[in-house]
Amino acid sequence: MAINRDTVKYTANLARIELSDKELDHFTDQLGRILAYVDKLNTLDVAKHEPTSHVLEMKNIYREDIVKKSLPAPEVIKNAPDRENNLFKVPKIIDTEA
Amino acid sequence: MELNTLTAHALIELLNKKDISPIDICNNIINRIDKTEKTLNALAHFDKEKSRQRCENLREGTEKRGRLWGIPIFIKDNISVKDELTTCSSKILKDFRSPYNATVIEKLLAANAVLMGKTNMDEFAFGSSTETSCYGPTRNPWDPKRIPGGSSGGSAAAVAGDEAIFALGSDTGGSIRQPAGVCGVVGLKPTYGRVSRYGLIAFASSLDQIGPITKDVEDAAILLKTISGHDEMDSTSADMSVPDYASGMKKNIKGMKIGIPKEYFIEGMDKEVKDSIKLAIEKLESLGAICENMSLPHTEYAVSVYYLVATAEASSNLARFDGVQYGLRAENIKSIIDMYKKTRKEGFGDEAKRRIILGTFALSSGYYDAYYLKALKARTLIRKDFDEAFKKFDAIVTPTSPTAAFKIGEKISDPLTMYLSDIFTISANLAGIPGISIPCGFTKNNLPVGLQILGKPFDEETILKVAYNYEQNTDWHKRKPAL
Repeated sequence: MAINRDTVKYTANLARIELSDKELDHFTDQLGRILAYVDKLNTLDVAKHEPTSHVLEMKNIYREDIVKKSLPAPEVIKNAPDRENNLFKVPKIIDTEA
Repeated sequence: MELNTLTAHALIELLNKKDISPIDICNNIINRIDKTEKTLNALAHFDKEKSRQRCENLREGTEKRGRLWGIPIFIKDNISVKDELTTCSSKILKDFRSPYNATVIEKLLAANAVLMGKTNMDEFAFGSSTETSCYGPTRNPWDPKRIPGGSSGGSAAAVAGDEAIFALGSDTGGSIRQPAGVCGVVGLKPTYGRVSRYGLIAFASSLDQIGPITKDVEDAAILLKTISGHDEMDSTSADMSVPDYASGMKKNIKGMKIGIPKEYFIEGMDKEVKDSIKLAIEKLESLGAICENMSLPHTEYAVSVYYLVATAEASSNLARFDGVQYGLRAENIKSIIDMYKKTRKEGFGDEAKRRIILGTFALSSGYYDAYYLKALKARTLIRKDFDEAFKKFDAIVTPTSPTAAFKIGEKISDPLTMYLSDIFTISANLAGIPGISIPCGFTKNNLPVGLQILGKPFDEETILKVAYNYEQNTDWHKRKPAL
């Protein structure tokens, strides 16, 4: 299946990446060629097979529910581009005009 | 003797005899870096004085020495070191200093290794050439016009160029083995779960493993032993005992059954690579191994499966880089969504954007079944190929890459061609099995060729044994680039 410019634009928005017109053009072309290559999977009959999302025989890992020391808040927050009182600061999320 | 050219096990002996002290090694490394780093660009972050200070600190309180006491080590820039820059060679993590150590770093410190600095890499480990780094490309010590492989190209070039004794890399689709192969050093990807991933900035969580890049097989065995083992901070780390690889691998390989998969000798691969591998197989036979042709029938689907699974996982893992908790935040923004989109536009390079969009597409409504789910099912077939093969064989031998190092700029504008350079290393990650690349020859242009040895899950000992026996009967690993 080929991918078109609108699908790339839509997907980039889902991924929260702004693309220039030039990027949109070359990603559409490149992703089209990559998807054409991976289409070879269609020649494989996989209907009867279980998916492998993980190679280990994974079970739930339980641990004792005890309080342990964690990093102090100033350490956790020190890399934030904007912060106040040990909190992450972000632009307004709720639009009050609506 | 230039100490920077030696292996860790040779240095450990000299340190034990008190012939040298840790600061001597450190100073030799610094001299070498002063001379060659301009050419190689193998390091992302390095502070001479800090490194010297760490050696000085080692002198005090040395009643009981760890196994790596005084041995300097370099770390790939996607592994967290407390209070040090950990940027994944990406603009979006510029200035990020980790508030904690990765488990592998805690283990190295407990063994008294000396942390030197961070090595350059493809941005977020997305690449096979170390050309996508925000710090510019690393160059191959054997020919600075060529790539050092990737994504752990900085670690491999530093070790091959004697700027490092040994280093840590990470391998999601070949990112330890392929650069080790094209730089003529040893690179080992452990079994998935052997080494804790805690503190490794995630690319594809079901595929990533940290592993050693070293000058010889014995160093790989020692470093693997140091970093392996169960960790309660990584629920996918296996609760299994870790053998002493360096002693176990020294037995001979007489009667060992080795499979040679026909799918790894394809059209379009370098004839010189093919010839080197054939000679290596003959050498293994002369050492008593029984080599037999066999088939891993689903190999041709591995690249397709990988670039859907790995990018899908990456698109999810990299959602955290949004300008809120760390790293870059775009300026002049109108809303929070605008902040996310502009931050990611400015912070991610071309390949990171491409992979995030591809992965998001493979997971998106309407395409999930056709791409992601189908890839997971095909992954089962690739795993089963190996399960079947290991009923009959103790190990599998292949080339590490279809070609020797290519030129900088040669493949960067064509992502699909670049992806195909991982064709021989990807399957091991999809199946979770261990693999090692060791030097096995040179092309007529004096470029190294890598031999890949794959083994059963949690049987690193067998691949190390094959590698060690081969290495001790050849001298490829003793050659040094004229840098």
